[in-house]
Amino acid sequence: MKINEIVNIIGGKVICGEAMLDTEVNKGFASDLMSDVLTLDTDDVMLITGLANLQAIRTAEMSDISCVVIARKKKVSNEMKKLAEDCNIVLIECCGSVFKTAGKLYQAGIKPVF
Amino acid sequence: MMHFEFDIEGGDFSKAGFASSQLKRILKQLVTDHKVVKKTVVALYEAEVNVVAHAYSGKVIIDIDTDKIQIKVNDKGPGIEDIEQAMEEGYSTASEQVREMGFGAGMGLANIKNNSDEFNITSEVGVGTQLEIIAYLEII
Repeated sequence: MKINEIVNIIGGKVICGEAMLDTEVNKGFASDLMSDVLTLDTDDVMLITGLANLQAIRTAEMSDISCVVIARKKKVSNEMKKLAEDCNIVLIECCGSVFKTAGKLYQAGIKPVF
Repeated sequence: MMHFEFDIEGGDFSKAGFASSQLKRILKQLVTDHKVVKKTVVALYEAEVNVVAHAYSGKVIIDIDTDKIQIKVNDKGPGIEDIEQAMEEGYSTASEQVREMGFGAGMGLANIKNNSDEFNITSEVGVGTQLEIIAYLEII
């Protein structure tokens, strides 16, 4: 699924990475615990989290995650935006809960990591 | 042979991951197997977070050779009394602040070990902790 379809499905707001909205992502992982994200050895995965801080972006950078959805109405800081831009990560804000956001994407065909 | 050093400041979460980020940029130019790059930077990132979360200061020393990447993370801090217990998944002494950062669930050391080809840890209570992470490279 292309990231721009993901944005439409969850009613998200793209904060940065507009040039990469055509990128395909097929798996998703939802967590507020970054250590759990860092245990994944899966490629082609997006992250849904309610953790709105720099470590969420750093974790995505280290894990080769190209799309991060910040759910639960959390706001992306300027530092987060800048780091995501530097790391070529699409950053999306979304008003739904992590549960609702993940549910919508699962229904639309995004696969779980396990 | 390439050599890099980075300083880590305890408690400063805004910079946790700086050394890992630099290492990732370097390794992407040198190493073709992206799984090796990923596991190495994940191991270093967890180690950096540990220093920020638990120690007063630390140093990352990276040596990249044709056959391996060797990373040392040495910190000045409280040290670890029982390393075996600290290695157990789920065991944590992290503060509430560390948990708010998305860490502190007792996964770090086990995750570092799982992402290393060789992993060594020594620690002295009241002095600090030393980690060694080695990733072997396939010589092309």
